[in-house]
Amino acid sequence: MSTGNDNTTYNYKVVRQFAIMTVVWGIVGMAVGVLIAAQLVWPQLNFDLPWTSFGRLRPLHTNAVIFAFGGSALFATSYYVVQRTSQARLFSDTLAAFTFWGWQAIIVAAAITLPLGFTSTKEYAELEWPIDIAIAIVWVSYAIVFFGTIMRRKMKHIYVANWFYGAFIITIAVLHIVNNLEVPVTAWKSYSIYAGTIDAMVQWWYGHNAVGFFLTAGFLGMMYYFVPKQAGRPVYSYRLSIVHFWALISIYVWAGAHHLHYSALPDWAQSAGMVMSLILLAPSWGGMINGMMTLSGAWHKLRTDPILRFLVVSLSFYGMSTFEGPMMSIKTVNALSHNTDWTVGHVHSGALGWVAMISIGAIYHLIPKLHGLKDMYSVSLINVHFWLATIGTVLYIASMWVNGIMQGLMWRAVNADGTLTYSFVEAVVASGPGYFVRALGGLVFLAGMLIMAYNVWMTVKQKDAVALDNAPHTA
Amino acid sequence: MDINTVRGISTFFVMAAFLGICWWAYSSHRKSRFEEAANLPFDDDEIAERTFKETEKKDHE
Repeated sequence: MSTGNDNTTYNYKVVRQFAIMTVVWGIVGMAVGVLIAAQLVWPQLNFDLPWTSFGRLRPLHTNAVIFAFGGSALFATSYYVVQRTSQARLFSDTLAAFTFWGWQAIIVAAAITLPLGFTSTKEYAELEWPIDIAIAIVWVSYAIVFFGTIMRRKMKHIYVANWFYGAFIITIAVLHIVNNLEVPVTAWKSYSIYAGTIDAMVQWWYGHNAVGFFLTAGFLGMMYYFVPKQAGRPVYSYRLSIVHFWALISIYVWAGAHHLHYSALPDWAQSAGMVMSLILLAPSWGGMINGMMTLSGAWHKLRTDPILRFLVVSLSFYGMSTFEGPMMSIKTVNALSHNTDWTVGHVHSGALGWVAMISIGAIYHLIPKLHGLKDMYSVSLINVHFWLATIGTVLYIASMWVNGIMQGLMWRAVNADGTLTYSFVEAVVASGPGYFVRALGGLVFLAGMLIMAYNVWMTVKQKDAVALDNAPHTA
Repeated sequence: MDINTVRGISTFFVMAAFLGICWWAYSSHRKSRFEEAANLPFDDDEIAERTFKETEKKDHE
């Protein structure tokens, strides 16, 4: 395809801004995570203040890592990938800048209102209605920039990564608006328009698709560009990627009911959610295998390239958690795992192992490219980060497996006369050592992020140094 | 019509849609087109280079 006949350039500024903020919000969100993990070991860390209590900081942690860290990574990579695979500049530089500043303002608003106790109490949708409206406006602008850029593309075909990013953008708009339909009563208080079980079902239709589209489809878009690019070879099977896309997006939306097993939700709806969750294993693994096999014939690159290692290990964690998820959705397994730390461990095997590690890999790929450099400041520090991230994730999920299964078994144990063998607090006490290992795992992961921040800082500074070398001498 | 007949038919349509997509993706007509598409990430170095030249120019203006 010839591209020499015009003077297209890319908008790297907004990509650079989002890439840097990915690192910043990653550190902030994970630091809050480590703090609340420590609160479960040492309750004194709640400081007896409402603003620093676990109940208020936990939504701050989830919102920060999902929407601030993950969101910035998605904005950065989608703006980068859509330009490079459409060979066109972003539809509007102004609107793109608006999405950056708008998104940052929303994050700051969340960081202020959540500790103050303003919440709609819907998990992952806690933000109150004025912020919800702001999110909708920024998101529609994002859709205009993204799809406007696709419409400017130089070739007929739309690259598969953009299909995943596109599905993520459209579905999140629909989910966000439908789940946050609410009646405002004051400036910072609203009530959902849904009631009872329907409210719960709408919430988990939203909640599970936040996982399926925000934390999966978007990051699969990342996989389909950065894995081939970093491995230096096209994706293993482009045809499989098409089947992967349609199968994944048409099945994910039906799986949310598994969050409401053994609740007031009608039994048939629970079973339907379970069956759809089991089917989901097929497209999930199809996509994972497609990403992994891209390396066939280039496996040796893993020995020297820690960025590729991040990307490939993220796919292993993706495969692992998309096996674990369907298994946990089976009602008999769920009878043991429901409401235990196993769920928390499962989420983090996806969040740390898959989402964070593929984002980190993508950002390490991007930072030098965005500054006209060949490599990061230090490749060996990337390697150190890789091992800290892997060890941190494994400590986290292993401790939560132990805790979760133990809690499930303790809660269901009954004596011969039918009374409970253990009181609830006995299960809490028994969870103590697991909470300590989890906090340690989180701390190790966070340490890796700090090393990343240093490496990114030095890389960006290096760029300034290069620019100085190139500057004409005016002595 | 009985609601369960509708459910049965819908299952059939979903199956047909899935097989249709597989057939479409794997038919030999489209092989070369998809191979070309798979190479899209490696096609645009020229624009990336130009982007830096332009920014450098702007920096020195």
